[in-house]
Amino acid sequence: MDKPFAITLDPGSSLANKTGSWRTERPVYTDRLPPCNATCPAGEDIQGWLFRAESGDYEAAWRHLVRDNPLPAVMGRVCYHGCEGACNRAKLDEAVGINSVERFLGDEAIRRGWAFEPPAAESGRRVLVVGAGPSGLSAAYHLRRLGHAVTVAEAGAAAGGMMRYGIPKYRLPREVLDAEVARIVALGVELQLGTRVDRIAEAMQAGAYDAAFLAVGAHIAKRAFIPAGDSARILDAVALLRSMEDGATPVLGRRVAVYGGGNTALDVARTAKRLGATEAVIVYRRTRERMPAHDLEVEEALEEGVQVKWLSTVAHAEAGTLTIEKMRLDEHGKPQPTGEYETLEADSLVLALGQDVDLALLAGVPGLDVRDGVVQVDPQTMMTGHPGLFAGGDMVPAERNVTVAVGHGKKAARHIDAWLRGTALAAEPKHGPALFERLNPWYYSDAPKTEREQLELARRTDGFDEVQHGLTEENALFEARRCLSCGNCLQCDNCYGVCPDNAVKKLAPGRYAVDYDYCKGCGLCAVECPCGAIDMVAEQT
Amino acid sequence: MDEPVKFYQTGTFTVGNRLLPKEQRTVQASRQRGNALNSGHRACQGCGEALGARYVVDAALRAAEGRLIAANATGCLEVFSTPYPETSWQLPWIHSLFGNAAAVGTGIAAALKVKGRRDVRVIAQGGDGGTTDIGFGCLSGMFERNDDVLYVCYDNQGYMNTGVQRSSATPPGARTATTMAVGPEPGAPFGQGKNLPLIAMAHAIPYVATATVADLHDLEAKVERAMALHGARYLHVLVPCPLGWGAASHDTVRLARLAKESGIFPVFEAEHGELTAVSKIRRRVPAAEYLRLQKRFAHLFGEPGHPEMLAAIQAGADRNVRRFGLED
Repeated sequence: MDKPFAITLDPGSSLANKTGSWRTERPVYTDRLPPCNATCPAGEDIQGWLFRAESGDYEAAWRHLVRDNPLPAVMGRVCYHGCEGACNRAKLDEAVGINSVERFLGDEAIRRGWAFEPPAAESGRRVLVVGAGPSGLSAAYHLRRLGHAVTVAEAGAAAGGMMRYGIPKYRLPREVLDAEVARIVALGVELQLGTRVDRIAEAMQAGAYDAAFLAVGAHIAKRAFIPAGDSARILDAVALLRSMEDGATPVLGRRVAVYGGGNTALDVARTAKRLGATEAVIVYRRTRERMPAHDLEVEEALEEGVQVKWLSTVAHAEAGTLTIEKMRLDEHGKPQPTGEYETLEADSLVLALGQDVDLALLAGVPGLDVRDGVVQVDPQTMMTGHPGLFAGGDMVPAERNVTVAVGHGKKAARHIDAWLRGTALAAEPKHGPALFERLNPWYYSDAPKTEREQLELARRTDGFDEVQHGLTEENALFEARRCLSCGNCLQCDNCYGVCPDNAVKKLAPGRYAVDYDYCKGCGLCAVECPCGAIDMVAEQT
Repeated sequence: MDEPVKFYQTGTFTVGNRLLPKEQRTVQASRQRGNALNSGHRACQGCGEALGARYVVDAALRAAEGRLIAANATGCLEVFSTPYPETSWQLPWIHSLFGNAAAVGTGIAAALKVKGRRDVRVIAQGGDGGTTDIGFGCLSGMFERNDDVLYVCYDNQGYMNTGVQRSSATPPGARTATTMAVGPEPGAPFGQGKNLPLIAMAHAIPYVATATVADLHDLEAKVERAMALHGARYLHVLVPCPLGWGAASHDTVRLARLAKESGIFPVFEAEHGELTAVSKIRRRVPAAEYLRLQKRFAHLFGEPGHPEMLAAIQAGADRNVRRFGLED
């Protein structure tokens, strides 16, 4: 023993003392599914692209976004953003303005001319897409990115489908749509305009296609029998909105009545106002709460002076007048006639009662199941009953809007790809939900939502200028940074900082690991994680 | 620290953030931090004192560019970090007696002065027992002579090392091993105890500050401020004790936050006896929200409980809010 007086042991560091053995629970880093992502019909990784936008790297954010959706500038204008309805931030102050950031990124991409990355390798397979609407364009884009040769056959004179022929310019300026379509074409998608596919089987054979995705949309106006005098002027909404695009201004008169309660009815009424109608009246059989149109649009329409006759139906149309019957809702919420009538002066009546799909191109294809005017598909794969034939958008059973259609296109493309390769695409297991209860709201500073400016009312009703303005770069950054990053590490270093045992290691920016030799399992890191990205898991004994 | 919020996701409330400019991040967010109190120490799960001590000493080490000597009083911090012959400390560190950390620090400072080493700095540290009770005479002397030492008190409000006895920093109403929750006025008595930050201010020393382990930006800024000054300086850090307070180990930081947000523990700075800054309450909470998480206050709640004691504690918090101007 060669030690100083009264010293019997070698001095040493406490590192020899592995306090991890005290632990009964261990912290584990996790990723959770944020409610925005979970809600998005297009399957966007919203939290993921917002995360990139937060650092001001808008190109990285845009590239992350377009992994799932090739139309962000369109989305940022016409999507009904269910994501914001699900946003956890609404429980703190207001939901993050996801839609406005998406639009900002989409507009930046157009302004700066960002292009899609070309496919890594050609597959040698050919796919026919019928219809250049949101669903067809989305499918074409994804298929092309996967290396397939894609031809899109579009019956119309321009691409866009209902985005062009159903959504008015004041909501979606055509230069925005054109720019995003052009970018998909630039990726190497062959777009054949003015090409109607009359028989899908023949078209596939003629072009030697290996698979097809059908997305012809719902362009036929639903009919309703309305007793009418000879000189009554009755139009349908689909034809009216389409004629706006073809450059032929429809003659509607000063007083316009619109029959229906969906978004199309509002589009028509707002368009009529812009065409110079002094009165645009929507006649709807139910009440506002039961109106299928989206609140935001109803709000904007009312602001612009569109009137609505609730609980009313058109009983008879004459030149210059309509006979309206008052309705009441029965216990099931169904409108019932009351026998009370009134007259409404109207120079024209536009029917906006929904749309049907022209399924003629499917004639003679074996194995198909057509029900309620739409094609049934396997909801997992979007494949119809006929092998190799996939369908999506308005022609399959689903909610009819642009985002849903885009989502169908993506899903179908992935399964077409798997089908072409002779494999099946297994559904990826989803992360557990990133619930608000898992967050530590203390860490989020107060930051109210930035509202987008709107065109002044006076200028809204006499032209087709875009109503909703975009965000400035500063505002977009602010808005992106309001994201709580629910359930996904936001790289705040809190876990690293609050561990009393230095057991959290910071490997690289944004990467942490727990040193289980020293972690005592106190749980501070998990509780003080702002975004709930750490689970405490019981140790196996 | 009234810092304007520059980053809207988490403000500056988190330890760091990838989007914060480097100079606004804390020492604790840095991969290069000193880890002055190393892993393998034997503090309890979720120990506030281990947390506070690392924050403070790492920040002081950086401010002193690594040239720092620590004197340490007897107490939890000393016992869990240095069971002979093992040490968790990664700086020159000396322990002598329970009551004389301030005196030992003073001696080191004097020796350095004699040797002409102005570059080497000294901190002395201890728990509230070793500071407010047993070491109080030495500390007051250090203040009175204006010795060039930063004294840091890690206040866990009791003698936790020896089995949770009452100290003169134990808050009224708290149950300890020596102030049981029995009788008509259970727990620590009201109207006694010492408020050492105020006593330190009465010595008119260059710098006095309070802080908690819930606000790193604030705590580190105060260490930095203290290290920029010479003479006697005093930093009083609230460090919740899961064991002694009867709280969950994961609630340490939350308790520190609630202590401040309820007004029970005012966070402020003073120079030469004059109050210079207070940390405003961000989201005021009732005192009960802070007390309810701790078993040492369990006798105040339930049936019949002690609503009158609860009211008295709340009144004390309200008084702090008025006295220090904790709300805008």
